[in-house]
Amino acid sequence: MERLILMGDEAIAQAAIDAGILGAWAYPGTPSTEIFEHIEGNKPADRSIFTQWSANEKTAYEEALGMSYAGGRVLVSMKHVGLNVAADAFMNSAITGVNGGLVCIVADDPSMHSSQNEQDTRYFAQFAHVPCLEPSTQQEAYDMVYRAMSYSEEVGLPVVVRIVTRLAHSRAPVVPQPRQDQERKPLITDKQRFILLPVNARRHWAALIARWGEVEQSVWDLGLDKLDLRGKKLGVIASGVAWNYLQENLAGVEHEISTMKVGAYPLNKPMLAELFEHCDQVLVAEDGYPFIESALKGVLDNPPKPVIGRLSGDLPRTGELNPTLLRPALGLPAKPTATPPIAGLSGRPPALCKGCPHITSYLALNKVMAEYGDGGRVLSDIGCYTLGALPPYTAIDTCVDMGASVSMAMGAASAGVFPAVAVIGDSTFAHSGMTGLLDAVRANTNMVLVILDNDITAMTGRQESALVGSPLIKMLEGIGVEPDHIRVVKPIPKNQEAIEQVYREEIAYEGLSVIIPTRPCIQIRRK
Amino acid sequence: MSLDIILAGVGGQGILSIAFVLDSAALDGGFDFKQAEVHGMSQRGGAVQSHLRMSQEPIYSDLIPDGQVDLVLAVEPLESLRYAHALSPEGTVIAAANPFVNIPNYPDLGGVLEQIAALPQHVLITAESLAKHAGSGRAQNMVMLGAGSYLYPFGDEPCLKYIEQMFGKKSQRLVDVNHKAFAFGKAASGFYRKGLAAGLGSTQLLKILGVLDPATIDEGAAPAWKAALQNHPTLLDGELPVHSVAGTMEFVLELIRTGELG
Repeated sequence: MERLILMGDEAIAQAAIDAGILGAWAYPGTPSTEIFEHIEGNKPADRSIFTQWSANEKTAYEEALGMSYAGGRVLVSMKHVGLNVAADAFMNSAITGVNGGLVCIVADDPSMHSSQNEQDTRYFAQFAHVPCLEPSTQQEAYDMVYRAMSYSEEVGLPVVVRIVTRLAHSRAPVVPQPRQDQERKPLITDKQRFILLPVNARRHWAALIARWGEVEQSVWDLGLDKLDLRGKKLGVIASGVAWNYLQENLAGVEHEISTMKVGAYPLNKPMLAELFEHCDQVLVAEDGYPFIESALKGVLDNPPKPVIGRLSGDLPRTGELNPTLLRPALGLPAKPTATPPIAGLSGRPPALCKGCPHITSYLALNKVMAEYGDGGRVLSDIGCYTLGALPPYTAIDTCVDMGASVSMAMGAASAGVFPAVAVIGDSTFAHSGMTGLLDAVRANTNMVLVILDNDITAMTGRQESALVGSPLIKMLEGIGVEPDHIRVVKPIPKNQEAIEQVYREEIAYEGLSVIIPTRPCIQIRRK
Repeated sequence: MSLDIILAGVGGQGILSIAFVLDSAALDGGFDFKQAEVHGMSQRGGAVQSHLRMSQEPIYSDLIPDGQVDLVLAVEPLESLRYAHALSPEGTVIAAANPFVNIPNYPDLGGVLEQIAALPQHVLITAESLAKHAGSGRAQNMVMLGAGSYLYPFGDEPCLKYIEQMFGKKSQRLVDVNHKAFAFGKAASGFYRKGLAAGLGSTQLLKILGVLDPATIDEGAAPAWKAALQNHPTLLDGELPVHSVAGTMEFVLELIRTGELG
């Protein structure tokens, strides 16, 4: 029996390859990036699988939907906040349904290891009315995605597979299944299905609601939920990696705790009813938001038996779970350790690399901004350069969502902030900075946009960027930025004073300017 | 048979390469294993760690519960302390003794090493100088891999095999350097443990190991150094030779007599 060492992300990717996908679409984002990378790097020689990093998650989802529409199986992957970007396409794809199997992997990041929030994708799946599967292990991740491809076709809906950082980035042995043929189903001939004119959309939506009971039953029939009734005193419901933590604590221990593993959503009502019938109290362990716990409690907090978990304070309300945190909720004592936690250790936050081009860009910007007192603001964005927030630079004032630097700078400048400077990387600009810039060009907003062009998507591990170098400049000219106020500089230490001067000139210009510090990421040569 | 390890270091120090070797060796050995790591933002020079578990029984959690860590293997001393609270009462810290200073408030190194030496089980390794002596300062991770090897549930063979696989794509020289680094780390670790057991202090041992030629270390000679220092208390004061003194019993017996480090 062949065992492969795979991260959760790679197991998902391998399952998609083995289930016969025609293509994979994604925008890089921790902790989902390695899904696409594994597919791109492990295409079987005898098949053609289309892979190209998309400009953003919305285009990725739409490209995937187009491939499904055309009859092919397809995988689209993103991080949790990426689904916000793809939400328009995602929500509506539940109304159109799919043709070829469409599996959407969303990697949540509880504890925000590399993210700006810890939103829980299970709410999104519920919101859209699509099935959602939640694996606990790398093997389950493989098996669920492998099954989800055909299941998506059977149920006629996109299927979400929700993972979290700890599964995405943990390796374990995985046994693969037989490779399926690549096929393309016949094109859809019913033109009403994918044209969401109100007249059609109303009908499709009503039809989805009408068959929702069947969809639920089909999810439960996948057999991904498991019930083990033992004693009556405590029943534990656990999903995803929380199931692993429960198993870890119960392994090798004589116990009378009844358990239910949740592997799929919508929640398995008959199985939950059985558990509640049997147990006097129920503990819910889930990584992410208290999604299951909230559902069981309802608005009136009136479940048939007491429910404890993150909402009751028996588990932490925020942040990721781990096996240690779960012990007290299970009534187990803490394990003895060699030493208590050592207090007062200096933290070691991440930092810009030695020789990083952003350093010069920030040092110059700090110098010039200081000349204007405290009235100016630097609106920034998501990428390595967000590390400019930390000492010794403390160069930026905001980081909210992909592309927000540009549009927030426009808003702030329009309210009278001066200087209003937006700082964004090339990949983030291509992702969703361009659209905001179009607004600012039309108003000729008095702001300076700094596009840090380092030729790559650096933070997530050096993926190809969609818009760099001269095409970037042509694009800026094309949408109407004044060519005299598009300034390219080379951010190396000896140019710092010259760069400061460029900042000064463009801040002084009343209108929209774009400065592009251009130098490849220091990590490129290390790849 | 099971082993739960936390690998610790700073982004860029190569702890994922240590993990690759151990994962592959565990797979070959028929073990179940899980290895959770950190990607993304913290890889940029921040604190990084990886939980690596191997067992003949099925492993459930990707994260090791507090109180169950057998080994914290750290390529950086301060980073080893961050995870010491997760050690089982019998657990061991094996840490590089040389700091990676990329923060303005890095604590006093002597204090950090004392805190490590105060833990129930510890080994300190002069990883940087051993790596350089092996041919590349970047091989500190493989020095540390070797330093921990006495605890792995498999011999050195699979480790050497996967070091070769990892570096063979680049050059034979890199394979040799990293094999050497592994061997040096292993030898220094054995000497350090024997020395501690014989009553030598961690500061003395780090100095002695800085003097010894790691290719010649006989860990059985460590206790005799205790006698050498009793006879010649100022032996390790002042300028010392670097990795050039034979680590053999023969040499230390001579040293006890002469007090000459050469």
